[in-house]
Amino acid sequence: MLVNENIAIEHGLKSDEYKKICKLLKRTPNLTELGIFSAMWNEHCSYKSSRLHLKKLPTKGKKVIQGPGENAGVIDIEDGDAIVFKIESHNHPSFIEPYQGAATGVGGIMRDVFTMGARPIANLNSIHFGSTQHKKTKNLLRGVVHGIGGYGNCMGVPTIAGQTSFDSSYNGNILVNAMTLGLVKKNKIFYSKAAGLDKPVIYVGSKTGRDGIHGASMASASFDEKIEEKKPTVQVGDPFTEKLLLEACLELMEGDSIIAIQDMGAAGLTSSSIEMASKGNLGIEINLNKVPCRESQMTPYEIMLSESQERMLIILEKGKEELAKKIFDKWNLDFSVIGKTTNSKNIELFFDNKQVAKIPVNTLVENSPMYDRKWKKTKLPKKNKFKKDVYNDLKIQDILKKILSNPNICSKEWIWQQYDHTVMGDTIQKPGGDSGVVRVHGTEKAVAASVDSSAVYCWAHPLTGGKQVVAENWRNLVSVGATPIAITNCLNFGSPENEENMGEFVECVQGIGEASKYLNFPVVSGNVSFYNQTKEVGIKPTPSIGGVGLIKDYKKMITMDFKENNNIVLIIGKTEGHMDQSLFARIILDKKNGPPPEVNLFNEKNNGQSLLSLIEKGLVKSAHDISLGGIIVALSKMCIKGNRGIKLNKAKNLINEIEYLFAEDQGRYIIEINQKDLNEVNKILDKNSVYHEELGIIIEKDMIINSKTKVSIDELKSYNTNWFSNYMSS
Amino acid sequence: MKVSAIITLKKDVLDPQGKVIHQTLDGMGFKDVNEVRQGKYFEIDVRENDPAKAKGVVEDMCKKLLANLVIENYKIIETQ
Amino acid sequence: MKSSVITFPGSNCDRDMDVALNKFGFKNKMVWHDDNELPKSDLVVLPGGFSYGDYLRCGSMASKSKIMKSVINFAKSGGLVMGICNGFQILVETGLVPGVLLRNKYLEFICKNVFIKPANKKNLYFKNIDKNILEFHIAHNEGNYFCTNDQLKEIEDNNQIAIYYCNNKGQIEDKFNPNGSIKNIAGIFNKEKNVLGMMPHPERMIDQCLSGEDGSLFFKNLINNIKNAS
Repeated sequence: MLVNENIAIEHGLKSDEYKKICKLLKRTPNLTELGIFSAMWNEHCSYKSSRLHLKKLPTKGKKVIQGPGENAGVIDIEDGDAIVFKIESHNHPSFIEPYQGAATGVGGIMRDVFTMGARPIANLNSIHFGSTQHKKTKNLLRGVVHGIGGYGNCMGVPTIAGQTSFDSSYNGNILVNAMTLGLVKKNKIFYSKAAGLDKPVIYVGSKTGRDGIHGASMASASFDEKIEEKKPTVQVGDPFTEKLLLEACLELMEGDSIIAIQDMGAAGLTSSSIEMASKGNLGIEINLNKVPCRESQMTPYEIMLSESQERMLIILEKGKEELAKKIFDKWNLDFSVIGKTTNSKNIELFFDNKQVAKIPVNTLVENSPMYDRKWKKTKLPKKNKFKKDVYNDLKIQDILKKILSNPNICSKEWIWQQYDHTVMGDTIQKPGGDSGVVRVHGTEKAVAASVDSSAVYCWAHPLTGGKQVVAENWRNLVSVGATPIAITNCLNFGSPENEENMGEFVECVQGIGEASKYLNFPVVSGNVSFYNQTKEVGIKPTPSIGGVGLIKDYKKMITMDFKENNNIVLIIGKTEGHMDQSLFARIILDKKNGPPPEVNLFNEKNNGQSLLSLIEKGLVKSAHDISLGGIIVALSKMCIKGNRGIKLNKAKNLINEIEYLFAEDQGRYIIEINQKDLNEVNKILDKNSVYHEELGIIIEKDMIINSKTKVSIDELKSYNTNWFSNYMSS
Repeated sequence: MKVSAIITLKKDVLDPQGKVIHQTLDGMGFKDVNEVRQGKYFEIDVRENDPAKAKGVVEDMCKKLLANLVIENYKIIETQ
Repeated sequence: MKSSVITFPGSNCDRDMDVALNKFGFKNKMVWHDDNELPKSDLVVLPGGFSYGDYLRCGSMASKSKIMKSVINFAKSGGLVMGICNGFQILVETGLVPGVLLRNKYLEFICKNVFIKPANKKNLYFKNIDKNILEFHIAHNEGNYFCTNDQLKEIEDNNQIAIYYCNNKGQIEDKFNPNGSIKNIAGIFNKEKNVLGMMPHPERMIDQCLSGEDGSLFFKNLINNIKNAS
């Protein structure tokens, strides 16, 4: 079949892009070549709309071993150990088939991590659904949760933390972001850079089927009578095969046979082979007849574009083929030598003894398009002036009930009870805390991880929102006593071709960059998911930030549950009473405008570091960061988890009581300390110029807010825990 | 009347379960197996005595709930 | 005391079990499912996980693997065999213990702490154990124990029920049943009480900073009982 511009456009390429391909090749590409270009030059692989802006993110630091550009980022956690981690989206597939979409998302991110030689030790996820009233929400939620659990549980990797939110902007575009942490020895990290000539290129794992050959295959099928047969098929995850692949790869990695290894993720064999060749500045030659196929009569086009799961491409040292094959045979996986490295700097494909494609590697990678898309700046919205009398008719207990049972605040136990969070025997902080924490097996160390996003703040003002997500993530790590090290980001946005959505992207990235630079919290990996939109309407900008921190002595880890009666509860950080975009303003007052709370990075850093020094000295009994819902929600969760109450002092601030309790000012934590340590704690905080005040004292069973308001812990619990299971069973 | 429906994965969709069952059968000495594909079977008793109508109702169920048409096909069998 | 943990390709609690057994004094060996010979052992453990992906029925394919022939012989000659979670499912599929494990009543995977109560202590697993109610951890999708009425009568007549799900006070009621198991059954013996299958994971309860320490109690007691019996 002859290729022309129309076919290129059906493959998602722009007319200019097609012309550029013809110019680079000095000829018209054939269909297989066109398919390869369309896969490499699409947004997902080429980052053509985002590259320009992502470059501005801080990616280096003393602890960074590998920044963006590899399968995942790598950080140093001392003693020769390193953590490999990354977050990735699987949004569109999860909307079409929630179970398989979410499952293969989890499978894909774990592969990215063990490709680098690391054994996955923890999974996290950030999932976002439409309004709870929307007819699709419940089924999507159930499917996604089952899919994440189905895959992660079978792999035997604990799911230790996550985030779930509901917002009508996700009605037509849910978000499923999956994150994995892996543990590796610093001197046993594997990369994807090919090296050396004439080295065997090996295909391992599952067989190749017609899975996920996206729109591209539709385009080709329209020239075929059997269009029904060739409809793009959803990738089906096979966690059992992935478990075998994990064990087999780690077994092979114990030796020194592997030169480079790359997982076949998006655009399968195409992107994996080209990326390896490109990084090594080499050519690669593949005999497609050697690729293990699941279906009969697969064409070169289909083999190259298939997104079948659980496959890897390896470049081996010569002569190690037999040894490697033995390992993959033991694990009952396919193993095939499909090609070799060359010095041609071309990717050359052969099928039935004929050359079916020949493309210079640099045209696919370095020469891929890059756009400086038009974007619109978002002005900082004007503050609302809430007259104090709007609060007069409100009863604190009623508001508290409404907020604690709000789907975005309530306990997500219904979800995380379906994830195995204790397998591997090292989970020392389970889901539901500020961060999940796992011990580094056999050591005194532990690693904390948290994933956060604040779409509402990002939507109100992307620059501030971007900063805020990073700051909140940092606080969540600090709250468990971990020193934050680095982050990975998953940037979920609408269409980059829409100036507003593009503006949201640019400014969120700028905010993320500013905060991570100031906090010395570099970005080491991530991905971008654009086109989360239905018709003209994009989702609220939703960058998910996954942060990782280190606890040197796991016995010093902090949890949020109140520990002992008569202990003193302090608040760190100043409460100014910022109500705009707070849960209170949005739910109780139904005010959706106004700016998000300001982020003062100096205070964030100073408050966080001071808290870490208190924890290091053993002065902190429990801690929790203050975020959505303000002081009262944070306190409620500490009471519920500890099954203890608190008697609050009268606020020293002159601001209104409701504003004091529900405002969402940033940079704040609540901590519990023993009475005898009060002087020492005050001294340290004063010395560091950290604003702090006494909130109250821990008592039995009741939260006493003021002389008129008393709520029992059991009531708080019922507000917070019942909503989810009621919703799912209704 | 009772109507049965069989749901199977579409031809090109990976069937991890069938694959492992095949391998186990092979290990047990059943060497003559080309492929195993696993599906679901439903027996639904509907309050409808007209066979064509009953089949129609179950077909509707397949489309809307029982099968995920993105990855699965369905076949209606009338039983009694 | 020597123990062996069988590793199936999809086992994922094999390392956790190895850590636990070693911690409490067993000399443990990992045994690959494709081996024919079981090393000399005082205890054989079938660990949790998804042995063969748990497609078809959980444990069904593992029960047909090579090593299981030796394990079955070992059990039939009176050797101690303990199956945890997926290991329990495998034991059921081999017929070493009666009954079947169905999908959880609420059709969801459950991972949480539960309380269990040993039905009696006339066996090497629970003899002399200090507590009457233990806090263990479950993590499964198919732990809903079921058997026919005739089987149940036989099981009860032979004192084959090992442990029940209960609350922290030891009350065995439906509301403390996490998965719909008949009679709140969490674990079952064979007639001779040398083979134990149970859904809860004692190996996840061996450290104060994990989910709790009642697993430590279980393993310490087990190794003492084996020592005293030999």
